[in-house]
Order: sequence, then C-alpha cells, then structure tokens
Amino acid sequence: MPLITVRPEGLYCEIGDFFIDPWRAVDTALITHAHADHARAGSHLYVATQISEGILKKRLGSQIQFQGVEYGEPLKFGNIWVSFHPAGHVLGSAQIRVEYKDEVWVVSGDYKRCVDPSCAPFEVIPCHTFITEATFGLPIYTWQPGATTVKQIYDWWQSDRDRPSLLFCYAFGKAQRILAELTQFTDQTVYLHGAIHSLTESYRTAGVSMIPTLSTSDQPRSYKFKGDLILAPPSAHRSSWMKRFSQPQTAFASGWMAVRGARRRRGYERGFVLSDHADWPGLVQTVRQTKAQQVYVTHGQSEALARYLTEQYGLEAMPLKTLFEGEGDIE
Amino acid sequence: MKRFAQLFQQVDATTSTNAKVQALAHYFQTEQPRNLVWALYLLLGKTRRRLVTAHTLRKVFLQVSAMPEWLFSDCYAQVGDSAETIALLLQDIPLRQGQPAVDDLNLPLHEWMERVIPQVKDLETETELVACITSWWAALDNFEVFVLNKLLTGAFRIGVSEKLVIKGLAVATGIPEAVLAHRLMGDFAPTLGFYQQLLSPEATERSPSQPYPFFLASPLEVDRFQTEDLSQWQAEWKWDGIRAQLIHRSGECFIWSRGEDLITHQFPELQPFLQSLPSGVVLDGEILCWQGDRPMHFNHLQKRLGRKRVSQKMITENPVCLIAYDLLEWQGKDWRNYPLCDRRQQLLELLESFPSPVARLSQALEFSSLADLEQLRAEARQQGAEGLVLKARNSPYLVGRKRGYWWKYKLEPMSLDAVLLYAQAGSGKRANLFTDYTFALWQGQDLVPFAKAYSGLDNQEINELDKWIRKHTLEKFGPVRSVEPSQVFEIGFEGITESNRHKSGISVRFPRILRWRKDKSATEADTLVAAIALLKLMDRSTSAPG
Ligand SMILES: [Zn+2]
Ligand SMILES: [Zn+2]
Repeated sequence: MPLITVRPEGLYCEIGDFFIDPWRAVDTALITHAHADHARAGSHLYVATQISEGILKKRLGSQIQFQGVEYGEPLKFGNIWVSFHPAGHVLGSAQIRVEYKDEVWVVSGDYKRCVDPSCAPFEVIPCHTFITEATFGLPIYTWQPGATTVKQIYDWWQSDRDRPSLLFCYAFGKAQRILAELTQFTDQTVYLHGAIHSLTESYRTAGVSMIPTLSTSDQPRSYKFKGDLILAPPSAHRSSWMKRFSQPQTAFASGWMAVRGARRRRGYERGFVLSDHADWPGLVQTVRQTKAQQVYVTHGQSEALARYLTEQYGLEAMPLKTLFEGEGDIE
Repeated sequence: MKRFAQLFQQVDATTSTNAKVQALAHYFQTEQPRNLVWALYLLLGKTRRRLVTAHTLRKVFLQVSAMPEWLFSDCYAQVGDSAETIALLLQDIPLRQGQPAVDDLNLPLHEWMERVIPQVKDLETETELVACITSWWAALDNFEVFVLNKLLTGAFRIGVSEKLVIKGLAVATGIPEAVLAHRLMGDFAPTLGFYQQLLSPEATERSPSQPYPFFLASPLEVDRFQTEDLSQWQAEWKWDGIRAQLIHRSGECFIWSRGEDLITHQFPELQPFLQSLPSGVVLDGEILCWQGDRPMHFNHLQKRLGRKRVSQKMITENPVCLIAYDLLEWQGKDWRNYPLCDRRQQLLELLESFPSPVARLSQALEFSSLADLEQLRAEARQQGAEGLVLKARNSPYLVGRKRGYWWKYKLEPMSLDAVLLYAQAGSGKRANLFTDYTFALWQGQDLVPFAKAYSGLDNQEINELDKWIRKHTLEKFGPVRSVEPSQVFEIGFEGITESNRHKSGISVRFPRILRWRKDKSATEADTLVAAIALLKLMDRSTSAPG
C-alpha cells in the first residue's frame, strides 16, 4: 500500500493517520508552509516548523492548536517516523519526510534552489518516492540569481527619484526576500503596505536581516513618497489604496514575468523575474538528487515534468491532481 | 546589434509611453547614422521579408538541443511565439560547447542586416543552415537571440507605435513630428542617403510616389461637441471601404492604402481618371464598390483586395468608385495647411473640370442642429454608410489622430445577446488564457453558434472569464473547450449577411463583445429569429452579393 494517498481532504498517510497540507479541515494537519494553498483553516491540530508559528497563527488565528518542530527533529505518528527539512521557499518552509519500515517518502511542499537570504536553504533528502511541485515545470523558466534581479529592481527604483516606485509582490516570502537582498545595495527606508508590514515584523522577530522599513499607513497624510520604494501585494494594484500615490511607476515581481506575453498582459509598467519556486533545471536536478524512483508531480505544469522524467531518466513519474495553486496572482 | 537589442528590451520592458520615448530618443541621439536608419526601418515595420520560417527555426532548434518535440510544443503553447520560445529555452542549453569559435559577432546593426543575416539565402544544405544559425545563437545573449529570431522570421513587431518612434526621433533631432512623419511615409531604403534626406533641415526633393501621412477622425466626444458653433462644421457620410491616397506626379500614378501598401494595380479603372488630372495632385478619399447611387456590400470590395491581377470579369462584377474627401496637393504644392473649405472648393472645381464615372465628391450633408445630425446618423445605414464624419471647416489636414478637428460619429453597432458555448486559448500575448470565444443563439431548444469574438473584454474580465471557463468546462476537443451554457454576452457587429457556410445560416462582420451580461440568464438570450429580422433590415439598406 502506498504510504501517502490523495483523499478528498488532501494528501493522507493512513498508517500514521495524518494529512499533509490538507485543503479541508482534518484532525492532524502537517503543514509544509504558511501559504494559503498549503495552510487552510479549521483543522484540529497543526504540526509545522517552530519558526513558522508566528506567521501561521497570523494567518489561521492565534487560537489554533499548534505543535512546533525543529528542522530534522524526528517525530513519531503510530509506526511512522516523520521529520521536517528546509525547502528554501519561504521562512519556516519545509519538506516533510515520512518513513515506514524501509520506505521513505518526501513531500516537497513548495521549494526553490536559488540562494535566498531570508530563509534556510533547501536540503536534498534521499527517498524512494518524491512528491514534487512543478509550478514552473517548463524549460522556458530558468532563473537568474535573486541578487541579480533585485539589483535590477534597485536600478529601476533609482532611475526615477521624482515619483513613488510601487513594486507589487507576494506579501509573504517574496517581499521579505527582496528586503533582505536590498541590504547589499542600500540602507534607505522602504515603505510597506499593511499586509506586508505585519509579515515583515515576523521575519524580523525570526532574526532575518532586512533594510529598514515603515508602514505606509503610519505616514502623515501630507507625505508624498517621492522617490520612495513601496512594496504592496498584487491585490492592491488598481485598488483605492493606490490613489494615495501620485503618478507612481509600477512593477510586478514574479516568475511569470519571464514570458513577454504574460508581462504585457498584466498592465504593470515593468516585470521582474523573481520566483520562490524552483525553475526547470532546479526541479529536474532536485528529483534526480533525491534518487527517488517514483515521483508524483503537483502544481501547474505537472504533466510535462512527469513525462520528461519518465522519458529521459526512466523514472516512474506521474501527475498528481491536488488543489495546490502555485504562484497565483493573489497571495 | 547589442545596442539595438538593448533599445528593443528597454522599449519592450515598459508600458509607459514616456519611458519608451525617452529610450528611443536616447538611442537616436547616440547611434551611428548607418545603424539608425536600419533601426527606423525595423521599428516602423518596413520590412516584411522572411528569410527563414518559424517552422525551420524550430527544426534547427530541435536538432541542436535534442529537446523532445512535444516539450517544445508545450513551451510554445505557454509563450505563443517561436522566436521567444527558442530564446528562452537557449538560456539553459550550452550551445557554446563543440561550436567552432565564431569570430566576433558583436557587429553593428547595419553589418548584421546587410552582410550577416542575408547569408542564410546562399546556404545550400540544411546542415549549413543549422550550423550558421546555431553559431549566431551561440554568440548572442538571450534577448539578442530573440531579436535575431524576429528579424529572421520577418515578424518584427514590437510594442511601440509608429507615432512613438517618430516622437522619439523628433525629440532627438528637433525636427517637427509632422515633417518626420511625412518623410518616413511609404517605402524607403535604409541607406545613408535616406538618413541625410530625413534629417535635412530644408524641404527636400521627394520621390514622386511619396504619400502624405493620413489624417484620421477620432470618435466623437459628444459633450465637447455640444458647445460648438455648428455653422463652422461640415458633415459627410462615413463610408466603409478602403481609405486611400491617390497621387499623380510627373506623369506617374500611385494609390496608397492607409496601411501604407501600394495598391495602384488593384484598381486599374481608377488609373485613366488619375492620369487625366493635371500633374502634381494628391487626393484623399475612399474606394468603394459602387452601383447606381449607393455602395455595394463590402463583400464585393473584399474580392478586389490583395490581388496581383484583376480580371475584366472581376471589374465588371465589382466596379469601384472613388469618393473624394480632400485635396492634399495641387499644382505640385502642399495644400495641407489651407483650411478645409478652401481645399474642398478646389477639389470641387477639379472634379467638375475632369468629370469621371469613377470619381465623386463626398457629399456635404445639410444640417442646422444637433437633432439634424442625430437624424442623419440614424439614416446612415439606409445609405449604406457606417455613420458620419464631422469636420471643422477651417481645419488643416493634420497627421494621425489629432482630436478636435475631425470627428467620426458611427452608428450604434447592431447587437444581440448570445450565450458562450466554446472557448479556446488565444495566441501571442494571450497564449495561456482562454480568449477566443464562440457564442450561440437559441433556435427552439438548441443553441446554434453564430459568432466568434476575440475582443471587447478588459484584462480583468478576461482573467475572470478564464477562471470561470476552467471551472465550468464540459468537454475538451483538442484546444477547444465546451462550457456550461450559462453566461450571456452582448455581441455587437457591423453587418450581417446570409451564409451557407455557417450552421446558423448567417454571418456577422466584426463581431465583438460589448458587455458581459451577468444580469441575464441563458434563457434570456436572443434567438436566431431575431438575427434574421436584423438581416432583413440590412438587406433593405444594402444590396448583398448575389
Ligand atoms: Zn508556497
Ligand atoms: Zn504551493
């Protein structure tokens, strides 16, 4: 019997009687990370990395029953050994390793292989079966190092000091990664939309070093943000919140910005290619490094990656239908 | 090439027109003349020459990359453009290994265009072609590869309008936009000679074929027009034909379409008339198929377009006529700055002195109030026109679309409420979204497809509809999905004709989405009977082809 199966509630381990990132309320939910498509409300017990506690509680409510674990710490559920390992995706994100007798499965959650100063780097965990994401599972997606892209963002900001520069990016993960990368180029204060501000506080509490920030809502009405960089979630684009900034230059930071058509369609003046998901070479390399013979692919372009792994490397790879969404528009 | 690719990247990276003009101006100020003319030539879309097909480019790529073809197809489906797909894929494929060291390909644009790229024409074997293109790819960075692929496939279109290019050039050179626009009209060769002419401070000898830029009417701003003194305005029918400029200079005749195509030979019956006029004359007008005192259905004109040879039969069955709007040049002098009333007076005299069955003066319509104009507009359909054009009597003939001088006041399009039945992913920049829709009308209990539409929704609605389609797919047939028949859209169109090629028995012209009628349920959509009633109404006003 497979160690993990898909139930209507989500990925389920019957022997240990727990779910991983369930999309419905269950008894025991092991959470890879606190993004909305992986951490949903209503479950009885949440098990996640200790470092993600603050953010998880901000998102699901402080009343949830939470059990924190350290990276690598072994836990026992019935006869099953479980441990959490860094996924390099966002602060506190983990892959979940599940071991029963001689068999090891790893659920990757979301991950990336690029350097990110705001979270612990991905660790390769050898396994028999690997459940991988494939948000950007096509070879057209190849990332430059984050520092290179953030330098482009910095140059864009500096190129117009007469207007506010509004950069849209996901509130949790992407924004803090940018703030951390920016320390290499400047120590000017960056202004944050409320949604990003509160998550950034959690990153500071966790000891992540970032450039100074202030919340836009704490500034006096008369303040014009001239020449300032402001970070906001994509949902704020063209909202009434934006009216506060006169003639801003706008940009969006996302992996989708790699394709010209996608860039032009969104209506931002600029697009920067920056993703917290693995690019194609990262996905293929990771699957091979785990030495897994059996691979299940979730998120986005799962069919292409599964077929490629099967044809090129003789792996038993297949798409797995889940409700994980990948890098959507709104976070 | 590097500099041109950089310019392309800067212009492409931003949607801000200001930033585009700045980047263009900076480039024009600092680039060598020989490269600059080539850049202009490319940016203005003057080249349509295709050296390599997208298909060949793809074959070359598959050969050197060893990528499975299905994976390339998946990537292409996401990107929607072969040139870009290949450029993106090459980021992760080490072409440089095993390639003979290419000598320095960091060449200026004119070298690429004149010496390097034309080499592909002389290659005899596929092996040579593969080696040649691969060596270029290996020597260029990702964005340069994209630009090169675009140049090779002749599909060089970039997110910048002619107007912005000219604006950038005007900023860089201090020469007025209108002068530059005129000098850049029609065909030119990207040579140093042309460069000098283009930027010369004085008016220069122009080639006899050179047209003037067209002046276009803007959609009427009703509020703004309310306060106008109507006696200062002239109204004409707005015809739905081919807007054209007819030139007779030094014994030669030329007809240009608004898209700057030379269409002289498509309308041989206009030549004797044009020849009969004194040399040094340029007319602006509309070419229509005409019978008696009214235009024939647009389908007739359609048959005349894009043909190399026009048979006598074609001419007899689809006779054309010029409706003359304006006189731009007279006795070899540029008349564009004279007021419209003077130009029109001269035009009238000219047409009376050289009468021809194939040329008429566009009629000035009688009106004295806004109500009269409304009335005329309502009658347009019966006249076979698509609305009115209102022109200020003192207006000069300007360049492009300058608001306030000429307005177009089009008929309300005909419209029907129809149900969304099928959806298909778009191409190009909408490749991963469902943006091509098929709509249906009721016939009894059945929904019969009657129109396809691609446009009319804003980006937010497109995204919303895309999500809806993905959640409510009933069946997939290849790229097409059938969806739950529950969403109603108001579909506007310009014309409607009988058609036995369509299941519905009708076909509509220029269908587009006017509104997403979320307030309506599918049962409230229109019926085929209602569409046929519209058809009958149309038939009374225009003679459909037999
Ligand atoms: Zn995530
Ligand atoms: Zn995810």
